[in-house]
Amino acid sequence: MAQPSTIRVGAMRDSSVNVVDLTYIPARTYIAYALFGISNVWSIQHMGAAAIDPRGGMAEADNPHSLVVRFPQTEPLITDAGLEIAPLTVAYQTYGALNSAKSNAVLICHALTGDQHVANAHPLTGKPGWWETMVGPGRPIDTNRYFVICSNVIGGCMGSTGPASLNPATGKPYGLELPVITIRDMVCAQARLVDHLGIDQLFCVAGGSMGGMQVLQWAASYPQRVFCAMPIAAAARHSSQNIAFHEVGRQAIMADPFWRGGRYFETAERPSKGLAVARMAAHITYLSDEALHRKFGRRLQDRAAPAFSFDAEFQIESYLRHQGSSFVERFDANSYLYVTRAMDYFDLADDYGGSLALAFKGSKTRFCLVSFTSDWLFPTANSRAIVHALNAGGASVSFVEIETDKGHDAFLLDVPELLSTSKGFLDSAARARGLPAAGAQP
Amino acid sequence: MSALADAVDAARAAQASARVDLLLIAGMVEPHSRVLDIGCGEGELLRLLAESRNVDARGMELSQRGVNDCVAKGLSVIQGDADMDLADYPDDSFDYVILSQTIQATRHPRVVLEHMLRIGRRAIVSFPNFGHWKIRAQLGFRGRMPVTSNLSFAWYDTPNIHFCTIRDFVSLTQDLSIEIERAVALDTTGARVRVNAPWWFWNLFGEQAVFLLKRGK
Repeated sequence: MAQPSTIRVGAMRDSSVNVVDLTYIPARTYIAYALFGISNVWSIQHMGAAAIDPRGGMAEADNPHSLVVRFPQTEPLITDAGLEIAPLTVAYQTYGALNSAKSNAVLICHALTGDQHVANAHPLTGKPGWWETMVGPGRPIDTNRYFVICSNVIGGCMGSTGPASLNPATGKPYGLELPVITIRDMVCAQARLVDHLGIDQLFCVAGGSMGGMQVLQWAASYPQRVFCAMPIAAAARHSSQNIAFHEVGRQAIMADPFWRGGRYFETAERPSKGLAVARMAAHITYLSDEALHRKFGRRLQDRAAPAFSFDAEFQIESYLRHQGSSFVERFDANSYLYVTRAMDYFDLADDYGGSLALAFKGSKTRFCLVSFTSDWLFPTANSRAIVHALNAGGASVSFVEIETDKGHDAFLLDVPELLSTSKGFLDSAARARGLPAAGAQP
Repeated sequence: MSALADAVDAARAAQASARVDLLLIAGMVEPHSRVLDIGCGEGELLRLLAESRNVDARGMELSQRGVNDCVAKGLSVIQGDADMDLADYPDDSFDYVILSQTIQATRHPRVVLEHMLRIGRRAIVSFPNFGHWKIRAQLGFRGRMPVTSNLSFAWYDTPNIHFCTIRDFVSLTQDLSIEIERAVALDTTGARVRVNAPWWFWNLFGEQAVFLLKRGK
């Protein structure tokens, strides 16, 4: 059997800076962005034809700044759709050290537009890792104690096989020739990686939003391989409303004339307008009405009175445009189609005769679920449904709904109750697993 | 009762600072059983049960702070409301379902009690006795709603909306064909009211009561 190879490729490549056509905003705009801790004070004034780096969000697809494991053509991934992906590539980051018993591994599952760069600077944007509040030395997922793994989901664009990856059959990116994938396919690919690392049982699988869906899929598919699980702001199925939001995003991308049926990589243009609009629409769903009002209200951007124009007159417009424009620098439009689709198909109970309790029946995994009061995308009722199923299945489960006005995005933010709950849960699970405290001699 | 007394003593030794009623409850729980504590607060009883009785203890608590404290201590606790969320638990999923000093704060005590004995093979309920002589005296002689050290809320801001006396509670168990396996009343000093005393005596001198219940035949 051919052995998968692990190579670090990123260091060999020059890191090209992606240039986006942006107009500089006057200094007083700093105030608005300072509220968000955003150091990058650029915003799109004219979302015109993309003058974007030819690779755009595809820059990391084949030669990522990450560890990579390539499974050979002879070991295809058979997707839920019944199609093969081969060769399969999984790009991942690790933090901390695996102990000799290989019992301290924590797998982090990222959300829709996240990636494997959970606790290091992002190779394209230079921004800090997306979960540095949770993962790092002395953090709840303590890299002095645990061996942390985070892989890019398949269908993504940061090095794991996705629509921007080269299709070996054609020598061109897959585009829409990649089979449509599911959350279970993503988890299958992660399980391959975990096998490759020689780890039988993960100490913990944790993630928020779509990451939480993967955590649930892990616990259902591989109950023996998950000692404890933390699905945060998650759901056991994607709601009709959420499918609807995703469809708006996909239609925005597909309506962009530069999308060209997904074959934009054959040209110099990217469907950046469509992808930016998709991101803007989605971003609204990650926040709450209260938080938007608190941060922006009806304040105007760089003017004392309305100019009666269609420029970004309100601060919220400027903020959303910034979110859209910065997103296209690092994300591939086709990946956005694939990954949103995977979430749409997710309905864990459906795989178990309609009973979510059956998905977790007899599970020995310890669960800790967290939801947020102002999250209307993955509301608390979703987490409660999972808790009820886990209780019915006799599993050990903790659940807390945290009061915050930060909306769905709260799982990514510095929310003290989230961090203390996670730390308490993990510390007690680690004691039960016999893992020594950080810094202690084993 | 001597085995119970021994167990209480053992538990007391294990956790000298714990509340007397919690120690009594812990003494009623068989070791190595599965327990659900409804309204577990900061997890004092769960911890006592886990440490002194070696049980698989789960909790339910309404307040976010309480749940956070519990989870941070490594206890399995979910945020939930006894009135709303017990219906979602399957039959026979626990050996004991415990409601400690909480039944008087539920909206539907009768329904909660029925759920407890559906979910668990046994139920343990502790509650303040509204028939205690001090309470009767405040209402009877002063004509005021009772406020005691044990029940320190004024009538307009109390969470306790369904007070009962020991006799009321016994009457409810009869209505629901529930079998009382054990009952203990504690006086104001936390000492047990004489075991062989009649109900009226308990109802007058018991400041709080603890009942171990099981489904009637």
